[in-house]
Amino acid sequence: MAEPLSSARQAYLRRLGREKRRVTLAQILLLLGFFALWELAARAGWIDSFLLSSPSRIWETLAGLWSSGDLWLHLGTSCWETVAGFMLGTAVGAVIAVLLWLCPGLYRVVEPYLVVLSALPKTALGPVFIVWIGAGPASIIAMTLAISLIVTILEVHNGFLATDPGKLRLMRTMGASRSQILWKLVLPANFGTFINALKVNVGLSWVGVIMGEFLVSRAGLGYLIVYGSQVFQMDLVMASVLLLAVVAAVMYQGIRLLERSVHHHREGST
Amino acid sequence: MVQFDHIQKTYQSPNGEIRALEDVTFSVAEGDFVSIVGPSGCGKSTLLSIAVGLEDASGGTVLLKGRPAAENLQRIGYMPQRDELFPWRTIWANVTLGLELRGQKDDVHTARVAELLDRYGLAGFREKLPGQLSGGMRQRCALIRTLATDPELLLLDEPFSALDYQTRLQVSDDIHAMIRREGKTAILVTHDISESVSMSDQVVVLSARPGQVRAIHNLEDLRGLTPMERRRHPRFSQYFNSIWKELDHSG
Repeated sequence: MAEPLSSARQAYLRRLGREKRRVTLAQILLLLGFFALWELAARAGWIDSFLLSSPSRIWETLAGLWSSGDLWLHLGTSCWETVAGFMLGTAVGAVIAVLLWLCPGLYRVVEPYLVVLSALPKTALGPVFIVWIGAGPASIIAMTLAISLIVTILEVHNGFLATDPGKLRLMRTMGASRSQILWKLVLPANFGTFINALKVNVGLSWVGVIMGEFLVSRAGLGYLIVYGSQVFQMDLVMASVLLLAVVAAVMYQGIRLLERSVHHHREGST
Repeated sequence: MVQFDHIQKTYQSPNGEIRALEDVTFSVAEGDFVSIVGPSGCGKSTLLSIAVGLEDASGGTVLLKGRPAAENLQRIGYMPQRDELFPWRTIWANVTLGLELRGQKDDVHTARVAELLDRYGLAGFREKLPGQLSGGMRQRCALIRTLATDPELLLLDEPFSALDYQTRLQVSDDIHAMIRREGKTAILVTHDISESVSMSDQVVVLSARPGQVRAIHNLEDLRGLTPMERRRHPRFSQYFNSIWKELDHSG
């Protein structure tokens, strides 16, 4: 920053900033416009707000949930189930991937089964879990685990196999043991793979949680959606979907921030 | 000091047998720098893999001071085709990797590494990450990583092939000087004839697959010169041409 910027550079930076502001502004306007149009259509009677609800009715519903304290109950339930689901899915999947990497023979045996399992729509297992585990949060977490586990195993194991062969060779010429290769090369080299698995699993976990809450639950956003639709309270359904969109986006952004800060720390300021 | 004795290597694959090396015999004297040149795929890297114990020979032995080389991994240092520095480790953590793997990361051993970094102008970069260094510096780090465990024999597997021409000349000069200064015996594998002539005391020419020793040149009149000086030496192009003909004939 010691040198003064050239005027061309300043103009370029100004233009860059202006473009960025314009895009952000357009994005905000799009959102506001959407809600305004919705509200207008509901008030003018163009749409049936009993079926489609309206922003103001959603707002009232949210305020009601807030004041009764139910908001935190439902939001908190879904959130912790999701967090537990993707943490567990990523951790257990990673451990199994490590085991499969350590025993390549085992991997060759189980590979076709993993492929079949990954192709199976895991929501089909929902009722099975309820019978086995009972109607409760444990079933819901089992559901999210079922959805994210196999993908994680395959993804992480693939990452392990893609470890730079030149670096593997170097480690072996230095006399590294298999566990040294794992801890000092394969795991750190696959940091990005883990973060990716985490990112994918946040999305998958939400699918599992909502699915699970549809089937069994007394609380959670999925429960609110099902309950709302059963009693024809579309305001409640829409409010829950909106909440869901917001928290899922926040969680995803959280993982991205984590990724960026750790990446920055590891690779220096590149 | 090192003897390759009737080395033979055959690969088995579902589609058949591939004969990679056929009766390769030569020896390297203590303190010498020997190059192995040959066309791509002639099995020259395989020869190093056998020496360092990554692969077993189908026949023959590699002896280091009279004992099978694979038993002496501690005494062999291997420098790969690219620098292979781990991008998430600092330079210091990279160059001490070998000591770490052996559980020798103590004051005595690390002091030696610190001295090497200092001697070759890298002391100020200890805490930097590899991504922040130039290609030439990274190669020097790679060599220091190899030297850190104080091996008696260095095996260089086309260590400059990933560099652009300018850097390559500079780096081969640097690396050559470092190896000479540390008094190490070295075997360099390359497909680049001028590189082999500019760096070594002896050139072993391998034929195309299956690799066989076609000729061995002793570059007596180039001994003691730096790679840059050798490239300007009148004998340089003579050696180059005769090796080129031998390779051409076999390819």
